[in-house]
Amino acid sequence: MTNSSDQDLDAAVATAKDKLDQHTVEIVQRHFHESTGCPFWLGKKSELNFDPLTEVKCYEDLQKFPSFEDDWLRGGPVERWRMKDHADRPTYVFETGGTTGVPKSRVVVDDFRTDYEVFSETLPDEYFPRGGNWLMLGPSGPRRLRLAVEHLAQVRGGISFCIDLDPRWVVKLIKKGWMDHLEAYKKHCIDQAITILTANHNIKCMFGTPKLIESLCLELEERDMTLAETGVTGIFSGGTEFTPQWTRYCVEELFGGPPEESGIYMTPTYGNTLMGLACSKPVTAEEKYKISYYAPQPRAVTEVVQFDDHNQTVGYGETGRVKLTTLTPEFFVPGFLERDEGEREQPFAKFPWDGVSGVRPYHKLAAATTVGVY
Amino acid sequence: MLDIPVIRWGKPYESLEKTEVVHFNTGEPIATVSSANGGLVSRDMRKAQKARDRLREFSCEDLIAKVDKAADLFENETLKLGDGTQSPDQFVHHQSASTGLPEHMCRKNMVKNCFVMQNMTEILECLTRGLDLDILTNGYGTESRGVIVSYQAQTPVLGAVLPSNSPGVHTLWLPAIPLQMGLVLKPGSSEPWTAYRVAAAFEAAGIPPEVISLYPGGHDVGGALMTSCPRSMIFGSQKTVDQYSGNPGVQVHGPGFSKIFLGDDCVDQWEQFIDVMAESVYINGGRSCINCSAIYASRHTKEIAQALGERLGPVEALPPDDPEAGLAAFTVPGMGKAVWDMVKQDLQADGVTDYTADYGDRVVELERASYLRPVIAHAESPECDIASKEFMFPFATVVECPQAKMIKAAGPTLVGTAITEDQKWIDQLLSATNIDRLNVGPVPTNRLNWLQPHEGNIIDFLFRSRAYQVAENKVTAIA
Repeated sequence: MTNSSDQDLDAAVATAKDKLDQHTVEIVQRHFHESTGCPFWLGKKSELNFDPLTEVKCYEDLQKFPSFEDDWLRGGPVERWRMKDHADRPTYVFETGGTTGVPKSRVVVDDFRTDYEVFSETLPDEYFPRGGNWLMLGPSGPRRLRLAVEHLAQVRGGISFCIDLDPRWVVKLIKKGWMDHLEAYKKHCIDQAITILTANHNIKCMFGTPKLIESLCLELEERDMTLAETGVTGIFSGGTEFTPQWTRYCVEELFGGPPEESGIYMTPTYGNTLMGLACSKPVTAEEKYKISYYAPQPRAVTEVVQFDDHNQTVGYGETGRVKLTTLTPEFFVPGFLERDEGEREQPFAKFPWDGVSGVRPYHKLAAATTVGVY
Repeated sequence: MLDIPVIRWGKPYESLEKTEVVHFNTGEPIATVSSANGGLVSRDMRKAQKARDRLREFSCEDLIAKVDKAADLFENETLKLGDGTQSPDQFVHHQSASTGLPEHMCRKNMVKNCFVMQNMTEILECLTRGLDLDILTNGYGTESRGVIVSYQAQTPVLGAVLPSNSPGVHTLWLPAIPLQMGLVLKPGSSEPWTAYRVAAAFEAAGIPPEVISLYPGGHDVGGALMTSCPRSMIFGSQKTVDQYSGNPGVQVHGPGFSKIFLGDDCVDQWEQFIDVMAESVYINGGRSCINCSAIYASRHTKEIAQALGERLGPVEALPPDDPEAGLAAFTVPGMGKAVWDMVKQDLQADGVTDYTADYGDRVVELERASYLRPVIAHAESPECDIASKEFMFPFATVVECPQAKMIKAAGPTLVGTAITEDQKWIDQLLSATNIDRLNVGPVPTNRLNWLQPHEGNIIDFLFRSRAYQVAENKVTAIA
């Protein structure tokens, strides 16, 4: 027998799926129509053995596309990714990777703003107060993050202070074994952050990478202060090193307890330049700090697929590789295999679609991956 | 199955992340071990001074007596381990099962650790050159010759990133506690046993548990430990050695490239020394930095290689519980074959001959592990690449080299055994800074005298000798 909440969830899941199907068709139409599509996809169209304009009628039809190759995003001309009807719009380019070789790039007009506006709606006002100022403590430069966090602060009525960190240099320091330089660079960033946090700027919210949040709290302790004393109440962060154990350590030992005790709420996120931000279910001690991410559907979809069949999702609770599909009016990425793996999670009321938990580097690539660099 | 927690200054901490310690060949789980995270270590290290303060409540002599008592407990008693207990036999069995080292070698290593714990007074007396240990406690004191000396502790704790594949190295950190310094250890992923058992024995012998932390975990834990402990030791490859070379806060233990040098005055009697050579190459599965990896002689080198090949070539891989087992397994899948491929490449070079080629395949593949049977090579000159190689199995190259060129050609040498009575050459060997431990005479490279320093004197590493003057009247200005 199913109870009413199960029925409500089933209905919500069905509604979300209908919305995704409809959205998929609209986005594919836009990207493959001569009047709107970008040169890359219009060029690819002739290589496909089907017509996306007539043969994509639901989300599952995206499986007709070959796997998206990340090399397609490397090198120029970058304009091949610009939608025809965006040709006269101010355009950004954001990069990911790039420690060695040519980085992947993504052109953006509005997406980063839209993604972070969607994300903003998931943040609790109690801990991320409207009008509160922000600190962005993480990579800027060619990355999307600085502008995105700044926009997030602005839509919530605040102003964002930014401390820069160059992750490509950090990776080089690690590879060279220059750990003294690494420590000095980290200290350089943390010193700047503490200077801003203690300068009466009414900073209530921040973005920080796990490593920098940890270093910030430790350095504050060194100065006989706590993060709560700086006034920060809301933190969002992200990265595969955001593990349940790290979260527990952070909440219990660095923050001084759960939000209701310490006054600090931290939410993990999962994302990269290719997608928006996947949000987490609230992380609690009762659930052993389990972190489950849910993509901002229908603009992006994450699936957990079998390691040897990337069109087949694994069962709930089972392990597979994370596959990402981005479906925005200005960027279309069908079936991109992330360098991560995790477990497939059930939909729930707030996010009535599949999630992914236990995200970590894909085990076959893990040895060659430098994670948690900033 | 045992569940082993992180130990944070004596207190168990169950992590949300755990790894399994498994049998090297069957993959059967033996224990689950909590994984620390780097931040946990960094944060705990803020309290490191408390460990030294607590230990300074005891005299060094008192601590030495407790360590002596701990040796007996370590060797003979059932001690607590995680949520269970472990008997001495279980310890040997567990260690062998997870590391692939034969059980009788594990037992020998156990005895070696006990020996160091039982002889701490003599060891410290030699390493300090007879210093009154109260001087280390107080930071200064007056020696019997009436001179004030001062030794300043450079750290409240000794950190160590321990290896997974060589349980014989633990003797190196054991003197920390009697020197009133806390211990912060990252046990190897497949060898948590020794660190936990020593800690349990110390506690049972009356050493306060809050002076020891044990942090199993990943690379970030090792990094945090090395960064936050002012003095730490690490065990690793040549790459690790190069990375920490010149860092005064790190004592790095890597390959030893230990060697035997046969002098021109003795080389014609080489057959008398073949046992010394074979033991130096073969003992402890050839895993130690003190195992001999090259034998230098100016003549008879092919005969020496032939004789060693005949002695060691037929050695078979035997099960770890066989008292005759002499080889240790490579527990990382595919590693044995990968190491053999490197050796094979060196063996194919001009001027190199494999004197174990006639004794069958060198690689023995098991379900999840592999063994490498002994390899004895001959090199016509020290320039051959193989002459400067060391591997984690019984492997050595017999190198043809004129005596006059041996010292320079040998390169870095942790243990050098020189078989000679040529005093002029002995003097040159004594002056050679590329040789760390020097044995003169037929002493196998593996036979260490624990009263001698190993890869740097731990006293010099943990303390700094400095000037300290006290005026007769501390508050009156000098006229």
